[in-house]
Amino acid sequence: MEGFTIEAIFYFITLCVFLGVEIISNVPSILHTPLMSGANAIHGVILVGAIIVMQRIPSDDYINLSIGFLAVLFGTLNISGGFFVTGRILAMFSKKKKA
Amino acid sequence: MTLVLQISYYLSMLSFIVGLKYLSSPLKAKRGNIIAAIGMITAVLATIFSVYLGKSLNLNFILIILAILLGTIIGKRMSDRAEMTKMPQLVSYFNAMGGGCALLLGILEAQQIHQDSRTAEIVLLIAMMIGASSFSGSIIAFLKLSGKQKDKKSIFVMLLSRSILLAMIIVPVLVSFDILNLSLLQEVAILACLACFYGVVFVLPIGGADMPVVISLLNSFTGLATALAGVMFHNIIMIAGGIFVGAAGVLLTLLMCNAMNRSLLSVLAGKFKKSSSYGNSVAKELEIQVTTIGETASKLAFANKVAIIPGYGLAVAQAQHLCNQLEIILENRGVEVEYIIHPVAGRMPGHMNVLLAEADVNYNKLKEMDDVNDEMNSYDVAIVLGANDVVNPAAEQDENSPIFGMPIIKAYNAQNVIVVKRGMSNGYAGVENKLFEYENCTLLFSDAKIALADIINELKSLV
Repeated sequence: MEGFTIEAIFYFITLCVFLGVEIISNVPSILHTPLMSGANAIHGVILVGAIIVMQRIPSDDYINLSIGFLAVLFGTLNISGGFFVTGRILAMFSKKKKA
Repeated sequence: MTLVLQISYYLSMLSFIVGLKYLSSPLKAKRGNIIAAIGMITAVLATIFSVYLGKSLNLNFILIILAILLGTIIGKRMSDRAEMTKMPQLVSYFNAMGGGCALLLGILEAQQIHQDSRTAEIVLLIAMMIGASSFSGSIIAFLKLSGKQKDKKSIFVMLLSRSILLAMIIVPVLVSFDILNLSLLQEVAILACLACFYGVVFVLPIGGADMPVVISLLNSFTGLATALAGVMFHNIIMIAGGIFVGAAGVLLTLLMCNAMNRSLLSVLAGKFKKSSSYGNSVAKELEIQVTTIGETASKLAFANKVAIIPGYGLAVAQAQHLCNQLEIILENRGVEVEYIIHPVAGRMPGHMNVLLAEADVNYNKLKEMDDVNDEMNSYDVAIVLGANDVVNPAAEQDENSPIFGMPIIKAYNAQNVIVVKRGMSNGYAGVENKLFEYENCTLLFSDAKIALADIINELKSLV
């Protein structure tokens, strides 16, 4: 993405908005809860940003290192919690289908 | 290395798209979740490698790995331990974590940003503010759903939230035009506090039953914050992931609002359109027929086809397991039992399905409202457990009713309707239920769980 112009980013975002709406537009209501939880996990990709910022902090700047540590922890919680919860919810459904 | 990183990001973006797509289809949902998770791991690993390849591993690296391990373990334990009824809280909590991450990123990046571009600073500020509001808002939503925080509706809170919002716009503008002289870090500090406070007053007035809408909205806020942070770092996977969630979250929010026949604005304002004249004019006594456990049990026992209409009250009473027992007993007597689920039953759309699935109810017995509404009269008995507004015929007949136009389950078309509820109190919408006056409708005053247990005992004694 380095070197991309702000216009390119803008076009990319616009396409992503339509794609985001389109891919879930046919979701049946029974899947709203797991979908919300799964989407919740996906925005945990902010962890990538936390890692990038974290490695730039000078290794003796302990205050910012602890803030960065928290940021990475929060991001990871968002991801792991999100996917595990979604998995658990979906497991409830599939258990039934086999029976 | 950049090429490897680009390819990894590209693959994880694909996996997010496919994952979300699969998550919205019943048969593939489980695979979708795994695909998205693999994509996420790919993105995170690729980032770590690209950042640290060929460099000596310093304290930062150790802390990153520690935080990731810790986060994974805590996340796993929290999600394993929570009961299924507590899922909405949990989603809200993890969403708060994402928002908190955006907030902290803003604080850190404000000290590192070197390019002297006001646009870049504004992007940072907006990402940080959205993250902060989403963080504090989700925490309040979490506390509300856990019953630790009550709704606070007052003009004061409304005015406060408006003025904070205004301040959050004015401060950066003033700084941009050099009217206010603040360093970026000072500006971030002030706006972070304002935004955290805004999140609190934003969620406080919203009613408990509207929480799913709010969580979904906050979810898409965090997505937006992630995307903006992605713009800040010129990171394509953050932009893609964030925008997908942001867009999907808004759509999901609107779907939920539609199902409840409420506009997003009225949800956010924390109120129902209160037509005061309506409330007064119909404040007469309803003529209702009260029934007993025994009568209910025998009606159920001698029916051919029974519909169970579960609602929020059932979830609160934690009676879904008893519901399943009732179903089994009735089926052993040769009664056909089906569940009719209103799209917004439970605390999140689809939540009731999850709760019933947890109680071992067969997936095929769950009917969606639209599929059965036309053949409601084929049910001998419809038993309404802890639901109220979703079966209120006023939504179809009374144009003055606040819930007019909301899709409802046409329970009144069943041969007999038995409504189990604790008292004559109105439903969440505060509207009297016309259904109670119907000739085929009887009321059983009891807590859903106690009533179900009693009915089951009664049925067992009936031979």
